[in-house]
Amino acid sequence: MAEREQKRRPASTREAEVVEETAPADTTQGDKIKAELDDLLDEIDEVLEVNAEDFVRAYVQKGGE
Amino acid sequence: MAIAKVCGIETEYGIDSRGGAEKDPIAASSVLINAYVNEISRNVGWDFEDESPGRDARGFAREGAGAPEVETHLVNAVLTNGARYYVDHAHPEFSTPECLDALACVRLDKAGEAILIRSMAAAQRVLPAGQEIVVYKNNSDRKGNSYGTHENYLMDRQVPFGRIVQHVIPHFVTRQIYTGAGKVGSEVAGIDVGFQLSQRADFFEEEVGLETTIKRPIVNTRDEPHCDAAKYRRLHVIVGDANLAEVATFLKVGVTSVVLAMIEDDWLADRDFSLASPVQAMRRVSYDLSLRHPLEMADGRRMTALDIQWELHDLARKYADDRGLESVGVEVGADLLRRWEQVLSGLETDPSSLAGQLDWVAKHRLLDGYRQRHDLSWSDARLAAMDLQYHVLRPARSLFQRLGTERLVSDESIAEAVTEPPRDTRAYFRGRCLQRFAASIAAANWDSIVFDLGGDTLHRVPMMEPLKGTASMVDALLEGCTSPNDLLDRLGS
Repeated sequence: MAEREQKRRPASTREAEVVEETAPADTTQGDKIKAELDDLLDEIDEVLEVNAEDFVRAYVQKGGE
Repeated sequence: MAIAKVCGIETEYGIDSRGGAEKDPIAASSVLINAYVNEISRNVGWDFEDESPGRDARGFAREGAGAPEVETHLVNAVLTNGARYYVDHAHPEFSTPECLDALACVRLDKAGEAILIRSMAAAQRVLPAGQEIVVYKNNSDRKGNSYGTHENYLMDRQVPFGRIVQHVIPHFVTRQIYTGAGKVGSEVAGIDVGFQLSQRADFFEEEVGLETTIKRPIVNTRDEPHCDAAKYRRLHVIVGDANLAEVATFLKVGVTSVVLAMIEDDWLADRDFSLASPVQAMRRVSYDLSLRHPLEMADGRRMTALDIQWELHDLARKYADDRGLESVGVEVGADLLRRWEQVLSGLETDPSSLAGQLDWVAKHRLLDGYRQRHDLSWSDARLAAMDLQYHVLRPARSLFQRLGTERLVSDESIAEAVTEPPRDTRAYFRGRCLQRFAASIAAANWDSIVFDLGGDTLHRVPMMEPLKGTASMVDALLEGCTSPNDLLDRLGS
């Protein structure tokens, strides 16, 4: 346990520095990801199965392996 | 020194029929696979000589386990990329050929998906208008029926099986945090969980055993090496999920390869991550989206799945520095350690940052976004339907395809792997022989090819060494041969 803590501390320090330097870019990145998800959710209804309940009920498999 | 972690993945695909197409899953699977193999070329059948799924790694055979549990009359083909494509129980199953490392395994696993997609299209051409056979790369029908995605790893026979069991169980339980494909709800009666990490955790009831269809064990003891049994064993891993995200497959196979190499070199000898209750822990890990729930260790400590994976990661770093990563591929191994660390860091700080890498995160992000937008509870059928639709291979309907996860292999490389074998394992010899001499091959399996030259006897060419028959070893030989008779003469058969 002690070893792991020692090893990972420098890594998180590095990470903290990177976050600081690129903070504006990261925010943009975060917004972009959220916008992408929103776009996807906007268009997804066209792709989704029309009757979810029937679709789920009808999907029956035999066990395998 | 650890031996090369030759690896492969077998995937049983879910199968469904629409528009009045054949409902019986065995018949539908046959239609699907036949449609594909009839379109590509002459179909070479599988040779069952080598099958003994009842042999147990702990050193005994189950009574009456001599005969293979396979329906030999069903379609069972060997492909020119060295893979096996067949009907197993009630599912189409694709087994990748032997791969030298985890990245090659990702490539062939994706080639398998491409073959299933081509098979659906081929079936469409032979079925009446309006009928369709549809396949899913998942592991559960959400009604308590599970089908498997199995990994295979080459191990040194000298390694005591008990040592493998001791060290690999904690890894299998805790790797779910990045290998899980995600599932809405649970299939265990009385469990109330909205979303869990893994498709399969609900189905494991034993720590170690031979079964795969009932009382599933975390470590499967099937001892069927498909190569020189005095030198090797094939660790048959049934505990994993089918992954669509390439990074998830890469980590699943790659990290497991490194852990097995460390076990082989006894690198974990003075470390013990034994869990107090591994079967219970499988579910605890899968049900814990916070990733912060501690597990009881056999020695009384409490560690989270992340703690255990970090410890294994740190041990692997030291192992790499001290012993090198030749057994998993030097370059692939270095990339693997880097990605493993990145993923563990991401899981620790902000799991949602890994939506481009891990299936469970990608699926959870999409479904949870939909759930919040429409103010649904996790038990809403629309979310269960989206869960299934994440895994469907119909290109127009696949939700996974719309998520744009990170790629490790190009489309061109995957398309090539649909027909071309890996160059650096015995799969190369199998695949090339099928490309060149299919008309003279009566059957093939993992460790031999049977030639029929028209005479009274068949000629079996054994391939007991997984790393013999590579391009560098047999290209000159094959190029110099004008006929299968010529090849057999030169091989001295």
